[in-house]
Amino acid sequence: MRRVMVGVKRVVDYNVRIRVKPDGTGVVLDGVKMSINPFDEIGLEEALRIKERGHADEVVAVAIGSDDVQQQLRTALAMGADRAVQVRTAAAVEPLQAARIFLQLIAKEQPSIVILGKQAIDDDNSQTGQMLAALWERPQATFASKIEINGAVAVVTREVDAGLEKIEVDLPAVFTTDLRLNEPRYVKLPEIMKAKKKPLDVIEAGALGVDVTETLKVVKYEPPAQRTRGVMVKDAAELVAQLRARGVLQ
Amino acid sequence: MSTVLIVAEHDGHRLSPATARTVTCASRIPGAAVTIVVLAAEPDAIAKEAAALTGVQRVLTVTQAPNVHTLAAVLAPQIAELGAGFTHLMAASTTFGKDVMPRVAALLDAPQISDLMAVEGERRFRRPIYAGNAIVTIEVPAGVKVVATVRAASFAVAAPGGAAAIEPVTVKAAVPSHTRFIGVESGASDRPDLQSAARVVSGGRALGSAENFKHIYSLADRLGAAVGASRAAVDAGYVPNELQVGQTGKIIAPELYVAVGISGAIQHLTGIKDARTIVAINKDAEAPIFEVADIGLVGDLFTVLPEIERALAGK
Repeated sequence: MRRVMVGVKRVVDYNVRIRVKPDGTGVVLDGVKMSINPFDEIGLEEALRIKERGHADEVVAVAIGSDDVQQQLRTALAMGADRAVQVRTAAAVEPLQAARIFLQLIAKEQPSIVILGKQAIDDDNSQTGQMLAALWERPQATFASKIEINGAVAVVTREVDAGLEKIEVDLPAVFTTDLRLNEPRYVKLPEIMKAKKKPLDVIEAGALGVDVTETLKVVKYEPPAQRTRGVMVKDAAELVAQLRARGVLQ
Repeated sequence: MSTVLIVAEHDGHRLSPATARTVTCASRIPGAAVTIVVLAAEPDAIAKEAAALTGVQRVLTVTQAPNVHTLAAVLAPQIAELGAGFTHLMAASTTFGKDVMPRVAALLDAPQISDLMAVEGERRFRRPIYAGNAIVTIEVPAGVKVVATVRAASFAVAAPGGAAAIEPVTVKAAVPSHTRFIGVESGASDRPDLQSAARVVSGGRALGSAENFKHIYSLADRLGAAVGASRAAVDAGYVPNELQVGQTGKIIAPELYVAVGISGAIQHLTGIKDARTIVAINKDAEAPIFEVADIGLVGDLFTVLPEIERALAGK
């Protein structure tokens, strides 16, 4: 069976305004809307399209975390994933640990493609996919904006600082998604009902033999330095005069 | 003592200014000895530039044909092999650094600190999370290697004037053939590079079309500025992806940033926070961009931009 494995991370929704707790121990998460990391949603959409184009037989969605992540896994199943796996842990798993967990699941599931978001919008690390590819000793194609599967190889277009880079990789491989890879589909109500019957397996992180003890110590959280509102000018002439007065322009 | 290995970023000919900024970051680590490694097919000219940066003690070069392209799978095992003898490894947090460094970290069995923006001690650093809406201070325990990508916009370019020794080295690491470079398409232009430009003019969704972006290019050329864009403008296809400024695009710190027709979503603002002077031009007086702008002008960009050009010309 040709399988695509997709990572699904539960994060604070894109539209929520983040506030740091006054005591500096974290950000306020109580009562805040949670969603699938947008880059992971793009990854799931891509996996579904790869299957729909006949390059895969099954899409498995994987989330790491407490039972709350089952919400996001059900959404993934409603979008069209065939199965879901929750790796249960209460710990805040670091990227290298997440990569090790994925590596254990890969040994079990033998996917030909693994797709992760290029970054999660909570910690903005942008590490897990690359780390997984290293541990798995397989190719990585990060920041993908186009993926073409061609038998045992894939041609991936990557969004890099210089423009669009094309690379060819042998499968199996790890892809990480960029914004313009696709536009994820909307979930329809009947799909949500059907998703309730799809299999969602729970594996204890401990059973995979991966140590999830914190290695990097977060000492404190702070709000960023704020820029203050400046002056409003009435027209172009005044704008240019202001820039000259400040020495920004000669 | 801290020994820092910086991975040079280059295009095959020139050292990236982002690497010179990374040197400044590394130099802030108390008592650090800074080494730069250049992996390339022809590293000599790049190594010379690296050796001339103040604060660099040593430059290593690894010359082999597969290093002609910046493929993470090819470079990471070589960097990890050399990095084993250092306490700290760093690269700029560009798409190059973001691609290769986590792969290096995993090979060295080390965690990574992404987008390092301030050095507070040998093993204590600050970095942004949640699109810059929170800043965390992180401590790396003793015995754990420090691997980091550096938010270049937070550091100045290391001045020239150094004279580090250049040493060619060889590595044993096997180079995989499972990843192959095909090509890169870029909208190469004569304008300044967005990442390192002193002045940037950016356009947003309000431009309305690729054609209308000529107004942005025209003002940019008048100011000698690079051109940037909001995600909305890139998504709409007005300009190519490499012009995107923000959380998932480029993080920049120009002297002057002019945001035209950009509402100022938090994801965009995170990319320009370190700009010295922000100018905002927007039709909507309530646009969030005005909250952070040093100089704001409410008006229709199609009228205002030509007027600014005239005002600049009539100096």
